[in-house]
Amino acid sequence: MNEIINVESFSENVVKLVVKAPRIARSRKPGHFIILRIDEKGERIPLTIAAADEKAGTITLVAQKVGVTSKRLCEMKPGDSILDLVGPLGKATHIEKVGTVLACGGGVGVAPLLPIVEGFKKAGNRVVTILAARSKDLIILEDEIRKWSDEVIVMTDDGSHGRKGLVTAGAEEVIKREKVDECVAIGPAVMMKFTSLLTQKYNIPTQASLNAIMVDGTGMCGACRVSVGGQTKFTCVDGPEFDAEKIDFDELILRLGGYKAEEKEAFERFMQTVTI
Amino acid sequence: LIERVKMPEMNAMKRVCYQDREVNLGLDVQSAVREAQRCMDCVNPTCMEGCPVSINIPKFIKNIERGEFLEAAKTLKETSALPAVCGRVCPQEKQCEANCFYTLKLKKTPVAIGYLERFAADYERESGQASIPETAPKNGIKVAAIGSGPASLAFAGDMIKLGYDVTVFEALHEIGGVLKYGIPEFRLPNKIVDVELDNLEKMGVRFERNFIVGRTASFDDLKAEGYQAFFVASGAGLPRFMNIPGENYNGILSSNEYLTRVNLMNAADDSFDTPVLKGKNVAVVGGGNTAMDSVRTAKRLGADRAMIIYRRSREEMPARVEEIHHAEEEGIEFINLTNPIEYFSDENGRVKSMKVQRMELAEADASGRRRPVVIEGSEYEIPVDVVVVAIGVSPNPLVPSELPQLKVSRWGTIDVDSETMQSSMPELFAGGDIVRGGATVILAMGDGRRAAAGMHQYLSEQNAALANAGQANTSQAKN
Ligand SMILES: Cc1cc2nc3c(=O)[nH]c(=O)nc-3n(C[C@H](O)[C@H](O)[C@H](O)COP(=O)(O)OP(=O)(O)OC[C@H]3O[C@@H](n4cnc5c(N)ncnc54)[C@H](O)[C@@H]3O)c2cc1C
Ligand SMILES: Cc1cc2nc3c(=O)[nH]c(=O)nc-3n(C[C@H](O)[C@H](O)[C@H](O)COP(=O)(O)OP(=O)(O)OC[C@H]3O[C@@H](n4cnc5c(N)ncnc54)[C@H](O)[C@@H]3O)c2cc1C
Ligand code: SF4
Ligand code: SF4
Ligand code: FES
Repeated sequence: MNEIINVESFSENVVKLVVKAPRIARSRKPGHFIILRIDEKGERIPLTIAAADEKAGTITLVAQKVGVTSKRLCEMKPGDSILDLVGPLGKATHIEKVGTVLACGGGVGVAPLLPIVEGFKKAGNRVVTILAARSKDLIILEDEIRKWSDEVIVMTDDGSHGRKGLVTAGAEEVIKREKVDECVAIGPAVMMKFTSLLTQKYNIPTQASLNAIMVDGTGMCGACRVSVGGQTKFTCVDGPEFDAEKIDFDELILRLGGYKAEEKEAFERFMQTVTI
Repeated sequence: LIERVKMPEMNAMKRVCYQDREVNLGLDVQSAVREAQRCMDCVNPTCMEGCPVSINIPKFIKNIERGEFLEAAKTLKETSALPAVCGRVCPQEKQCEANCFYTLKLKKTPVAIGYLERFAADYERESGQASIPETAPKNGIKVAAIGSGPASLAFAGDMIKLGYDVTVFEALHEIGGVLKYGIPEFRLPNKIVDVELDNLEKMGVRFERNFIVGRTASFDDLKAEGYQAFFVASGAGLPRFMNIPGENYNGILSSNEYLTRVNLMNAADDSFDTPVLKGKNVAVVGGGNTAMDSVRTAKRLGADRAMIIYRRSREEMPARVEEIHHAEEEGIEFINLTNPIEYFSDENGRVKSMKVQRMELAEADASGRRRPVVIEGSEYEIPVDVVVVAIGVSPNPLVPSELPQLKVSRWGTIDVDSETMQSSMPELFAGGDIVRGGATVILAMGDGRRAAAGMHQYLSEQNAALANAGQANTSQAKN
């Protein structure tokens, strides 16, 4: 079940996995994600479906090492398999022809951004994509993104690739230069918060895709709740994308830290078992 | 007169150290037989009217009295798919036992029907002589059950016996629905549910885990794969919150999340990766079974104070009486006639206290329930570091949202014919919590059985009509 067909590492901390999942490959749309559990003792974690090949019956996942499960994913090899994989989950991205779309991806957020960029391009939009990360080796999927973008601007914090600066600098330059009809921002919560503040200044409708903590992914637990426009929404069934202007990012950032102590403990336990 | 038997239990101080040890230890043979003697084999057994699936109660109890325990189990299985489960979790004091002759006429404690039911089912399981029911020859007709809670399990058992090709689809990675992810081990051990699942598998029922009908594949996809009819038993999985200020702080979670982490993901065991918040001052809001399960779980995870915050009084609590009683023994604090109105957090967004308000009960309203009303000026704060919200659930919207033509009520439950459980879409039947809102295991099972009968009749008629049409066609072709 759910055999890993191919593994490619983008950097020490980011890996691309191609996994056999024929049903999901057939029914997924841009914006959808899956939840997986590596083995009996594993945790359920959400990952976006970065791409799918219906004929081969495979989906592509991109995972960044942040804790136990993602670290173990980064160490998997072709032929290994993932015990549980369920999806597609979430609402698909609303894609239509709007004119010019500004797509902003930060870090591993570029993975979920890829199918959305592809979708907007195929719908006949002009797509300008900003790829941002701390440094060169954290910029992922650049070739794939280029394939579906009219223009790509790369921004790194240290200037090791593309231009030096934050995602917002690149975005503002585009907004000042040409008319942008819609913006999509995916990345760390802080990055989405500031991108959203920027686009609000220019009245550009903006979608952000939230990476809330999840358990079931089917609307059953409420772990993934976020405040949008003063109302509580469940990211897994009502999202993951929401109107960025209405999202309470500060609350999201606090909630993402909700299990920090417990996760750190689990990570230390895990590292102990590895060294023995 | 013989006194009602007492259920042997694990000592309260000891049992709060274990998340996974059952509190009720079960009757031994002697006490079961003695309790069975209390039943007077009434000519008009009113107890059966209290049982939603009309188990032949005097018959199974008299089997126990004669020492024919396997026969007793067989009697139970004539009507109930999961007697070992129902014997443990049915609200007997409101159902069968409430209608026992002892309760109604003698004003004495009723025959312990639930304990005896559990005894017979456990005896059969432990004897290793549980018979696998016979199944009719395969008819090759594919049907699907959606969700794997008690409603679907009962449905699948009946349909497989009738010869259908049955597949149960479940969104989660475990089969069993609430029996697995909700009700804790200390009340219903998973191994008991697993035996039933094994039996169904042996009879030929197929289980597809990690499969969300409507997402992983659509109803149309499944029809194209040959499924002729569907039984939707997707439960009432959507947790409700109170929508009061501060409710999204860290440390405040739904009972579904709390119990799922512990029961489905084994978060209390360090060798599993999933974390759970272990609070020192844990408040659980609500008074139902879910609230009792959560607060007793908190105690077992090491809380110093494990509190129930409930806006009515103990009398109105919907939880099973036995669970309330066990909770009291375990040192759970009951802060009744009290309602939370706001939460406060520390600088990291972690809840540190809750503001509550005292309530009093007004006159009974039209529904007969006494309505809680606020006592003005009675607010005070309780220090807490974990809050579990257990104020109820709503119907799971997944299936209805995929089927716009399906008729649902304004509460989001699926409308069905109460006899056949058929919905507004003829090939789609439904039952359990998705039809009733939050209900009980035994009601869900009863629905599953009625739906099986309803679907069998529907498919028989359909296929007979098809066969006739086929014959008509061939005879026409001949002419
Ligand atoms: C809809 C959705 C799509 C996602 N898509 C991707 C993707 O395509 N690629 C990818 O690499 N990641 C993605 N994520 C994030 C990913 O799920 C988390 O990184 C993962 O759950 C971490 O699990 P872990 O066991 O490795 O780390 P844990 O041990 O659980 O956590 C380690 C640290 O990471 C932080 N953390 C925990 N959960 C999250 C989270 N959900 N988001 C951000 N930080 C978190 C915590 O603060 C913690 O300190 C997505 C999340 C969502 C909700
Ligand atoms: C904590 C708790 C304690 C309880 N205690 C008691 C008790 O003591 N006594 C009692 O009688 N009752 C109790 N109940 C209530 C009882 O458990 C429920 O009434 C009963 O389980 C309902 O059964 P069901 O078959 O309708 O669905 P559920 O048991 O709710 O199962 C539904 C299943 O369907 C799955 N699903 C949903 N949508 C899909 C889809 N689209 N595709 C595939 N799968 C899907 C869900 O993941 C879930 O596993 C309790 C409930 C809870 C939560
Ligand atoms: S199934 Fe429940 S209500 Fe019916 S007899 Fe058994 S315990 Fe009583
Ligand atoms: S009503 Fe009570 S005493 Fe009479 S048959 Fe039923 S269980 Fe026995
Ligand atoms: S992850 Fe459980 S409700 Fe969204």
